[in-house]
Amino acid sequence: MNGAGPSIAFWVLAAVTLIAGGGVMLSRSLFHAVLLLILTFIGIAGFFVLLSAEFIAMAQIIIYVGAISVLVLFAILLTPRAGRYNGETKMLLPALLLSVCLAAVFLFVIRDAAWPRVNSEPHFNTNQLGEALLSTWVLPFEIASVLLTAALVGAIMLARTPQEEAEDALA
Amino acid sequence: MNGIDVAGPQIAVLGAAGVILLVDALVPQQRRLLPFIALIGLAVSALWTISWVARDDYQTAFGGTLSLDHFSVFFYFLFAGITAMVVLASIDWVNREGRGQGEYYALVLTACSGLMFLSAGRDLITIFIALELSSIPQYVLAGWGKDVRSSEAGLKYLLLGAIASSLLLYGMALLYGVTGTTMLAEIGETIAWSGDANRSVLVVAMTLLIAGFGFKMAVVPFQMWVPDVYQGAPTPVAAYLSVGSKAAAFAVVTRIFFEALGARFLSDDWSNVFAVLAAVTMTVGNVMAIVQTDIKRMLGYSSIAQAGNFLVGLAAISVAGGEFTLGASGVLFFLAAYAFTNLGVFVAVIAISQKIGSDQIRDYAGMWKRSPFLSLGLAFCLVSLTGIPPTAGFWAKLYIFNAGIRADLTWLVVVGVLNSLVSAYYYWGVIRQLFTGASEDSTAIRTSPSIGLSLGVAAAGVFVFGILPMPLISAARDAAAIFAQH
Repeated sequence: MNGAGPSIAFWVLAAVTLIAGGGVMLSRSLFHAVLLLILTFIGIAGFFVLLSAEFIAMAQIIIYVGAISVLVLFAILLTPRAGRYNGETKMLLPALLLSVCLAAVFLFVIRDAAWPRVNSEPHFNTNQLGEALLSTWVLPFEIASVLLTAALVGAIMLARTPQEEAEDALA
Repeated sequence: MNGIDVAGPQIAVLGAAGVILLVDALVPQQRRLLPFIALIGLAVSALWTISWVARDDYQTAFGGTLSLDHFSVFFYFLFAGITAMVVLASIDWVNREGRGQGEYYALVLTACSGLMFLSAGRDLITIFIALELSSIPQYVLAGWGKDVRSSEAGLKYLLLGAIASSLLLYGMALLYGVTGTTMLAEIGETIAWSGDANRSVLVVAMTLLIAGFGFKMAVVPFQMWVPDVYQGAPTPVAAYLSVGSKAAAFAVVTRIFFEALGARFLSDDWSNVFAVLAAVTMTVGNVMAIVQTDIKRMLGYSSIAQAGNFLVGLAAISVAGGEFTLGASGVLFFLAAYAFTNLGVFVAVIAISQKIGSDQIRDYAGMWKRSPFLSLGLAFCLVSLTGIPPTAGFWAKLYIFNAGIRADLTWLVVVGVLNSLVSAYYYWGVIRQLFTGASEDSTAIRTSPSIGLSLGVAAAGVFVFGILPMPLISAARDAAAIFAQH
């Protein structure tokens, strides 16, 4: 990872991600906002590639760009009564002030801190990731599957109509 | 196999949740057994925890992400007890509601396992995912009623909860970035070793952690969801939120701040933050509670005010010598006393509101003549919330205010005592209605066995620990002692 290549790639990716991220908020059409969100996700996947984490980059694209964005698009398409307008809000000014303050704090902190540096070439591969997930991190890994099951059960309960529930109670 | 043994209490609870879903789907005519399966699962979980206490072989498992120690054992018992009471208090309501019985109990148990993992996690990733495991079932349960209010409660809780989670995650990411590890003990070591070079990052990370967990603890200024969600959610669920997720949030905050952020130059900072939050939280909660006419909203504000009392314990750390953990043990003792007390109040409210079909405090008038048992139980638990002997609530307040005084936080204790006086005003308002008001309807209210049992257990707990607080106090001391600084 030497030379100007990674630096140029970093700045291009940063610009794309930030502009797309800003667009998500500024776009007045919900549909356009989702498309810009997809672009943001792709930009973040690019950062993972730059960090030599190819597997996470792939997962980012498959899960966020593929599954989650499609889910959001479906949600927009399948809720015909909901508005498509990513509307104005009275909170615009306070929100803007808050974000500027937060950004200032984070910029200060990021410049102030002595971040630990890794000087060696990252030797990171998918094998090690899999081993780590099923050894040290097996507990969060398994809790995640329980969490998804609970979320599924909950989503079904919230989405069922009263008629379906009445039939169910008779069964 | 060892890891499975260490996580046994949680696995027992999750196993019961699975059995409940299967029984509900395969033998629907046996649905009335579901709450009993839940109770059996919780009993097995408690027995498993007892077996660990008997083995006296505390250890960590899963690469250090899960810790079985005095602290987590204390909370395993607390959460198993809380969940059992909530299940008992839910039976009538769930039967009347009729739908989704299996899913209801399964989600309550899943949330319980999340709370248990939360109190035992010793690593930021485990803590975060355990928080989600406890939160997501609770979002669903808050919106269970499907009427406008309940849906609003569920949605509000979900959206604000998501924002809180993102703040929390940002704080955790900063901690990881600056220390290079997610294990709490290693974070503590790295910070102690590197000194205050990274103080600014750590302060920002701490602020984000307090904001994220503050939402679950329901402390000001992250409390705005509480009254709406308590009012809109089904009452048993509101009871669960008011004790379960609050206790878990305090448990995990205690663990993170004492274990990972306990370095002297940081603990002075967060102790000051907690002291100010405590004063503001108590005052806002109590003042807002006075003007409420709906008992569930009033209990919402009262639970905010109680969170302010717990925070006194987190602020009271700068005790000279080896008493670093006096305040923390006060928090644990108070959480246990509060769990009994507040559950008792909620159980009585569930029983009364179901019969009179109203949550208005003025409709509680003359309840003494209609149900002496419910009225006495409710009044006794309200007395305990105020902090008057002979109740567990009295010892809890005494203990935590004593910790405050010994940590040179006399001003905060004065604020706390004044706030207790304010809270007496609105708690006594309810008691006055119960015993002196006149009711147009004088038909007796019959109490179902499950409600009677849960209210009886809660009131008995409040009374027994009000007379003999020592066993609970020493358990809380042992639990907090794992954070003692050497």
